[in-house]
Amino acid sequence: MNISRRNALALGGAALTVTLVPVSFAQAAADDAMAQAVAEFTGGADIAEGGIELTTPEIAENGNTVPVGFSAPGAKRVVLLASKNPGPVVSFFTFGALSAGDASTRIRLAGTQDVVVIAEMADGSYTQVSKAVKVTIGGCGG
Amino acid sequence: MKKLLSTVALGIAALTIGQAASADPSRTAKLVIDGTEISTHAKGMAGGPLDELYSGWLFRSDETRALQLDDFDNPAFVFVDDGETLFNKVDGSEGKSCSSCHEAGDFKGLRPVLPRWNEAKGKIYSMENYINDCRTERMGADKWKWSKPKMTSMVALISLQSRGLPINVATDGPVADIYEKGKELYYTRVGQLDMACSNCHEDNYGNMIRADHLSQGQINGFPTYRLKNAKLNSIHARFKGCMKNIRAKPYGQGSDEFQALELYVASRGNGLSVEAPSVRN
Amino acid sequence: MGKPRVKVPKSAKAGEVITIKTLIKHKMESGRRKDKKTGELVPRNIINMFSASFNGEEVIKVDLHGSVSTNPYFQFQMKVPESGELAFKWADDDGNVTETTSKITVG
Repeated sequence: MNISRRNALALGGAALTVTLVPVSFAQAAADDAMAQAVAEFTGGADIAEGGIELTTPEIAENGNTVPVGFSAPGAKRVVLLASKNPGPVVSFFTFGALSAGDASTRIRLAGTQDVVVIAEMADGSYTQVSKAVKVTIGGCGG
Repeated sequence: MKKLLSTVALGIAALTIGQAASADPSRTAKLVIDGTEISTHAKGMAGGPLDELYSGWLFRSDETRALQLDDFDNPAFVFVDDGETLFNKVDGSEGKSCSSCHEAGDFKGLRPVLPRWNEAKGKIYSMENYINDCRTERMGADKWKWSKPKMTSMVALISLQSRGLPINVATDGPVADIYEKGKELYYTRVGQLDMACSNCHEDNYGNMIRADHLSQGQINGFPTYRLKNAKLNSIHARFKGCMKNIRAKPYGQGSDEFQALELYVASRGNGLSVEAPSVRN
Repeated sequence: MGKPRVKVPKSAKAGEVITIKTLIKHKMESGRRKDKKTGELVPRNIINMFSASFNGEEVIKVDLHGSVSTNPYFQFQMKVPESGELAFKWADDDGNVTETTSKITVG
């Protein structure tokens, strides 16, 4: 196939137009799924900020394996969410009396997004913490 | 079409290799595993191409480096465990396992000197060659493919026995010609992007290629668990990946070319410690 | 599933908070990946449950829904009240269950 500069540009333009629309739909769908996941976990209750810690890399070297950890002392239940993954719920955690209310794991992130932890405390209240993680497009490593 | 566009994109990336802009490679981080420090920095040989040798571990982010600090954090160890199971498993017509003749610990000191000349076979030998010889000649079992999980798991188990020992491959005597051939391959530009190993790993280590830090391309940590594909990667599989990235037709895994390149690249790390099984992105 | 790897201290003081690390080999097939040859979606098969119990009392239970990386890793802390046994369990979508135990002595 012969590609002149002009039709390469045209193709590039076409690619842009084609992708813009689905991306915005995908965005809205991800936001909806996220809102629904949060509502299901809290039953619509108010969510406070803080009181729990979330550890994530600022920049993930590879979105396929991203180390994340949280500490929510006194939490009964925790949900770990990835705001823009195809399914935002990563995992639910249930903690017994001997637990310290913490966990670390490694997760997949489909692009730059927020990692969110919501904890249900012993008194039934909810609190959350959120951190943005940049997922880079690697050079040869990625 | 897609391939062409991404080739162009990578070409642009190659042109825009720049000074380290972000993230956090380290020249001073310490790799201490279970109380034992493993050296990740050494002086290059006098007259050699690199004055300072740096393990690829130093070029990774804090989070990736941390995965190697404890063998219970290091995901490569699920494959080392597989290697151990395979080591004890009877296979082939002779009713033998590796453990019929060896203990894994017997191989301490082997990884640092490979690849090397095998006089009896009249050929250069990588660890994969030795493993397959044992399988076909002593066990009566089938060969394993060069980079499949059984092989990489066994290579990881055997390499681990030498963790911390300095790489020390011979480059003279019967391998002198192979070394020269490997060196030539290292500096020869190939592929649509017209790049040699040296363009990235000698001229630009520490700099960014798109969002990644280029390393010196040292192989002291192989086989390596990559976050990208969540498995052990052999040295030759990585060479193949590099060649594909520069849009060149890769040599075969286990080929004379890749063995020559393995010898030459290993020699560039003479003095660095065996770090296998390492974790990279 | 492969043989699990767990790091548990052999001994602890009464009431001490210890750190547990676990790692297990599993593809964690997300159900969203297409087979390169056939173009069909590869059916989901992930570890969907991980738990740890001390002397029969649940310390942590994780319900995994997706997005946990291949070869899942879990680290957590717990308070050790007395000598006993920590029992770990992993279960996947195909019905495979792997279990292992570790003893902790309080002295």
